[in-house]
Amino acid sequence: MAEEPQPAATGAPRVGAGPWSVALRRLRRNRFALASLGLFALIVLFSLAAPLWAVHVAHTGPNTTHTLAKVEVDGEKREVVDPTGKPTGPLWLGAGGRFFLGADGSLGRDEMVRLMYGGRASLFISLIAALITTAVGAVLGLLAGYFRGWPDTLISRTLDVIWAFPVLLLAIALGLVLAVGGLQIGPVTIPSGSIWIPIMIIGVVFVTYTARPVRGEVLSLREKEFVEAAVAQGAGPVRVMSGELLPNLWSTIIVFFTINVANSMLLESALSFLGVGVQPPDASWGTMIASGSNLIKSAPLLTILPGAMILLTVLSLNVLGDGLRDALDPKSKLRLEVHTGLVEADGTPV
Amino acid sequence: MVRFIIRRLLGMIAVLFAVSVLAFLIFNVIPNSDPAQRMAGRNSTPQLVASINEEWGFNEPLPQQYLTMMGNILGGDVVSYANRENVDERIVEGIPATFSLCIGAAVLWLSFGILFGYLSAVRAGGWLDRMLTVVAVTGISIPVFWLAAILLNYLSYQAGLFPSGGYVGLTEEPLEWAYHLLLPWITLAVLQIGFYSRVLRSNMLDAMGEDYVRTARAKGLSERRVMTRHVLRNSLIPIVTLLGLDVGVLLGGAILVEALFNLNGIGQYGYESLKGLVLPPIMAIVVFGAFFVVLFNALADIAYAFLDPRVKLGSSPG
Repeated sequence: MAEEPQPAATGAPRVGAGPWSVALRRLRRNRFALASLGLFALIVLFSLAAPLWAVHVAHTGPNTTHTLAKVEVDGEKREVVDPTGKPTGPLWLGAGGRFFLGADGSLGRDEMVRLMYGGRASLFISLIAALITTAVGAVLGLLAGYFRGWPDTLISRTLDVIWAFPVLLLAIALGLVLAVGGLQIGPVTIPSGSIWIPIMIIGVVFVTYTARPVRGEVLSLREKEFVEAAVAQGAGPVRVMSGELLPNLWSTIIVFFTINVANSMLLESALSFLGVGVQPPDASWGTMIASGSNLIKSAPLLTILPGAMILLTVLSLNVLGDGLRDALDPKSKLRLEVHTGLVEADGTPV
Repeated sequence: MVRFIIRRLLGMIAVLFAVSVLAFLIFNVIPNSDPAQRMAGRNSTPQLVASINEEWGFNEPLPQQYLTMMGNILGGDVVSYANRENVDERIVEGIPATFSLCIGAAVLWLSFGILFGYLSAVRAGGWLDRMLTVVAVTGISIPVFWLAAILLNYLSYQAGLFPSGGYVGLTEEPLEWAYHLLLPWITLAVLQIGFYSRVLRSNMLDAMGEDYVRTARAKGLSERRVMTRHVLRNSLIPIVTLLGLDVGVLLGGAILVEALFNLNGIGQYGYESLKGLVLPPIMAIVVFGAFFVVLFNALADIAYAFLDPRVKLGSSPG
């Protein structure tokens, strides 16, 4: 370490043709990964633009109802919701952008506005939940793998319990408990119906899927010479973990983060679909599928659209994750199977 | 080997115990889930609530309540609050539907996963590989309940090609059984086909670089024989492990698919009990589901050791 400057503890990229710029160059050559990055960026922009569209084009909010309202289409007044409760289909630009994709049901809310705001909720939940999962998982994996002994036993056995608990049952159970009563930890109170409840549930449920493979990787890294050298120079556990091990884990962590976002989005939509995630009247793509599926026979678009948005987002993240993995560590055995936590990073079964 | 199995069994029991305690605790911190109040109904009197509390033992300390409930679950005497039905009997009733669903879906995803993965690997880089990759990654990214809703709408309501759900016993009418389960099978399998074919593809690509493959080619074996007997065979080992785990998870109940197709299996029972906050069936199903997860986890480890002589047992306790 005295001869060659190591990357900073935060893992900042080195100058010159370091591993990060090599990876970036590889990623740039991968057209699929670039296209999916572009697609994901478009979806994020679409969701971020929600207030702009709502105020300037649709002139309505995501939860504003228009049950008895009429819109003018080509000089002709039309009901948003007809007397039988059937919502209008897409008007495209017929009403100047109002009800671009039609109304969302008997409440007559603007489907396009809800789709954009729903995207905000879904993206926010999955990004933050994945951030929590990845950070907590990486730290737990690092601690367990570095210290071994009783900290490893404690962490690994706790994760085993979460792992053995049927994932969806656990998530639904937590969702029910918290959606009904909210959560109170010391001075922090999360009211029921808060968007932070699904975030915390998803964050907890998926931790084990990141922690296990990180632990496996740390177990093999800690035997390497550079760790021995650092210890010989008097580096303590904190210094070894943050300065020596963590920089070697970044590529794994980044790939996991991408895949975690994708999985969190799928779980969020399932929870919201079952009524224990995002609470009505707030929109998320999952709740929109739930309310849309009641009308699937007469207005299939209300189910298809939010589901297609989820599919596109998750697809772009999965392809991007694959591309990142190839770019960051082309010889790695870290492939799909590792993301289930079934196989350690060195290829042995967990 | 014996020591490993004993250690594994003890670990399984410990995990199951912890899972059941966790489930019990989650449902005893729900603020408005007081079961006596719910059973007494809207026009409850304090006396009625008190007598229900007395009858069901809700006044006892939590550890005592937990022990009583677990004893009942394991002894087959556990009774639901909702309509006093025997929970264990209800779970046993749900087994045929749940097992038919998972095992059928597993056969489907295993066959297509291996077929797609094999073709992808053999034609790596070609157009067939690219097409199958797109199919696989799309399959992994589909929300399952959404796929179920769309298949139900277009194939069963609109086109009338399939029944809209329900379960018919295998022994009663085998053809109807398969016909009713076809859509649920496809729904469950789509995700896994994508997943398995990707795993198999990458395993096969790794294996193709191994020395024994070069040796097999050097011996003059045909390409097809090298691919099937050497590359595919060795790449299937991790698939066996994966299959065990996935089936283990599903046997505890494929909640969404069962509920959407109204199969009335264990998963649907669990979902309905969750919605009603009825603790006894939830506890029983969680323990039942966790049992299969832990069991298949252990079986997969043992199978792995048999299939791959390089793995030393005991390296992964718990």
